[in-house]
Amino acid sequence: MDKSFGQHFLGIEGLPAEQIEILLDRAENYALLNRSRKTPRNLLRERTLITLFFENSTRTRTSFELAGKRLGADVINMSVSTSSVSKGETLLDTAYTLNAMRADLLVIRHAQSGAPALLAQKVDASVINAGDGTHEHPTQALLDALTIRRHFGKLSGLTVAICGDIAHSRVARSNIILLNTMGCNVRVIGPRTLLPSSISKMGATPYYSMDDGIKNVDIIMMLRLQRERMSAGLIPSTREYFRFFGLDRRRLNLAKSNALVMHPGPLNRGIEIDSHVADDPHQSVIQEQVEMGVAVRMAVLEKFSHIKAQP
Amino acid sequence: MKPILFTNVRLIDPQSGIDQPGKLLVKNDKIVGVDLPTTEGQPEDCEIIDGQGSILCPGLVDMRVTVGEPGYEYRETIATAAEAAAAGGITTMAILPNSKPAIDNPALVTLLKAKGEATKSVSILPYGALSVGCEGQELAEIELLQEAGAIGFTDGDRALANTKLMLQTMLYASGFDGLIIQHPEDPSLAKNSSATESILATRLGLPSVPTAAEAIMIARDLRLAEQTNCRLHFGHISTAEGLDLIRQAKAKGLNISCDTAPVYFDLNEESIGDFRTYAKLSPPLRSEADRLAICQGLIDGTIDAIASDHLPRDVDDKRLPFAEAAPGGTGLVTLLSVTLIQVKNGNLTLPQAISLLCCNPARILRQSIGTLAKGSIADLCLFDPDQNWQVQAGKLPGRAQNTPFDNRILPGIVLGTWKSGHRVYKREHS
Repeated sequence: MDKSFGQHFLGIEGLPAEQIEILLDRAENYALLNRSRKTPRNLLRERTLITLFFENSTRTRTSFELAGKRLGADVINMSVSTSSVSKGETLLDTAYTLNAMRADLLVIRHAQSGAPALLAQKVDASVINAGDGTHEHPTQALLDALTIRRHFGKLSGLTVAICGDIAHSRVARSNIILLNTMGCNVRVIGPRTLLPSSISKMGATPYYSMDDGIKNVDIIMMLRLQRERMSAGLIPSTREYFRFFGLDRRRLNLAKSNALVMHPGPLNRGIEIDSHVADDPHQSVIQEQVEMGVAVRMAVLEKFSHIKAQP
Repeated sequence: MKPILFTNVRLIDPQSGIDQPGKLLVKNDKIVGVDLPTTEGQPEDCEIIDGQGSILCPGLVDMRVTVGEPGYEYRETIATAAEAAAAGGITTMAILPNSKPAIDNPALVTLLKAKGEATKSVSILPYGALSVGCEGQELAEIELLQEAGAIGFTDGDRALANTKLMLQTMLYASGFDGLIIQHPEDPSLAKNSSATESILATRLGLPSVPTAAEAIMIARDLRLAEQTNCRLHFGHISTAEGLDLIRQAKAKGLNISCDTAPVYFDLNEESIGDFRTYAKLSPPLRSEADRLAICQGLIDGTIDAIASDHLPRDVDDKRLPFAEAAPGGTGLVTLLSVTLIQVKNGNLTLPQAISLLCCNPARILRQSIGTLAKGSIADLCLFDPDQNWQVQAGKLPGRAQNTPFDNRILPGIVLGTWKSGHRVYKREHS
């Protein structure tokens, strides 16, 4: 474990710029090693990594699993449907059980904000937050930052627009914190019902019109719109949402000509993003985000596990 | 039983206008002499309690308490709550009716009063349910409840949201001068929330409730109180906005009162820190600006009473992700001490604090307690405001240990508590 990093990785908040740079540099290196299939498979040998997913997720869980395996860890996946949580066992009971099995790394996703923090108080393993409620999704913010840095060579000074359901997005929170820490200008765009009233105090400028908010930005991050937002009365329909907040070619042309299009996935084609834009080979970097995800998670596992990195 | 003579005490009873060094004599269950100037009238064979300059005041009247009984005895029973109350100088507790079953039946009112008597250390004044089952649908038999001894009507920690039902209830209660206690929070705005709307809640990703939820309910009920002239009391006021509405209504002469709890003038939302569920309360802890406004409400008298808002929870209710954890904190043992912080910092005088803790709640509940007047029941609290103690969850009297004040060093040590002339608490020498 790199001494400058804590035992747990619960969020981007509190992570200084230097540590973010260290993680991104390590991840950049892992991205190269991944492509050449020369990852250090002995780095996490004899270490057990358990992914504990209380919410469904294919890509994040697979990404962590791959990251662990490429570093040589023994990876075990637990999901709610196969665990005893559905039998009334509490989060902490599960934590105590896994702790007794001497897991070294616990990667947790949970529908409640703060669940990884609660777990971290009670276990000896390093807890890695893979997304908690509407709080944080720190590895997503790191992989987004790495993707941006690879294209622009830097982060500071760039203007990033995050569009959609900011209120319920952990991806948005982690990104706002990280991008601010690294000196970006952050805009958030969405209907007022989906933007928290205090979002400007987090360092993001709110826009209620997508046409205004997207002008001259370097990066557009689209967020997934959950269908339950309609039943909750926050927006009237997907049709109306796409009309005013969907990303299509016309809107994309309002951004800078080389602007990147990003999305944490999975995509709702035709609801928040038009397929032509999502699949644009020049501007969309959605697939690259997925690739960087594995690299970033390798860097996180390395820095937050109890082993010194190989030179 | 020998008579008890308290000597060398500072007697404080704002209701009688007493604040002076003196003596107090108790015979059987009554106060028979206050500030005895000489030994005249002093019985020869009596127990002498030398207060060494401590303060003797009426036993505290806590007008907002939840006990686990009936239904949640694993959290707290009346007997264990009584231990905590005695250690906090409290001799009367008004109990919220949202238990399991709810106190919507006269027999349950009688039962609770009897259970209080059985403790021999604290009187229980039960509130009756405002609606059947505290479910907000049908009016409960409130006049029968009052006849059985209910001192007011409320749905506990649930607001009566249906405006028509509230209007009818207030009209009906005003006919027999019943007291209605409202938990002022618009339930549709508060639904599923676990923090006050703020940058902190946004940062932590917690579902939040705007302060407007309190103001909206208060504004509605003030309008109904004006129309019906019903006696209305708002429990645990926590926002500047809500308090302003009450201040204006009082200036208009409405028949209303309100209380707050120590958590709302001593803590702010920062206490929830990184998801600290012991600071999850209902209503939630608010901003620092709201906290300061609550202090101001205590100073200018807009707030009539301070109640503990004691709400016992078990460890398993709290060791959960924040949004899933149950709201509420204990408050019996810390009620006096946290209030004394406001005396130490100069916001309140000691008599003001004692008015808020003893006399005013007794007046709102129309009980002839909370006073040292000659002839009244000898419910007494002896405390030293200048000694400090540290709150240690796990070691507090009573069963429930979910205090939001864990590890705090607080002023004011209760040296002894007397209920109807019997000593029910004595501080062990540490």
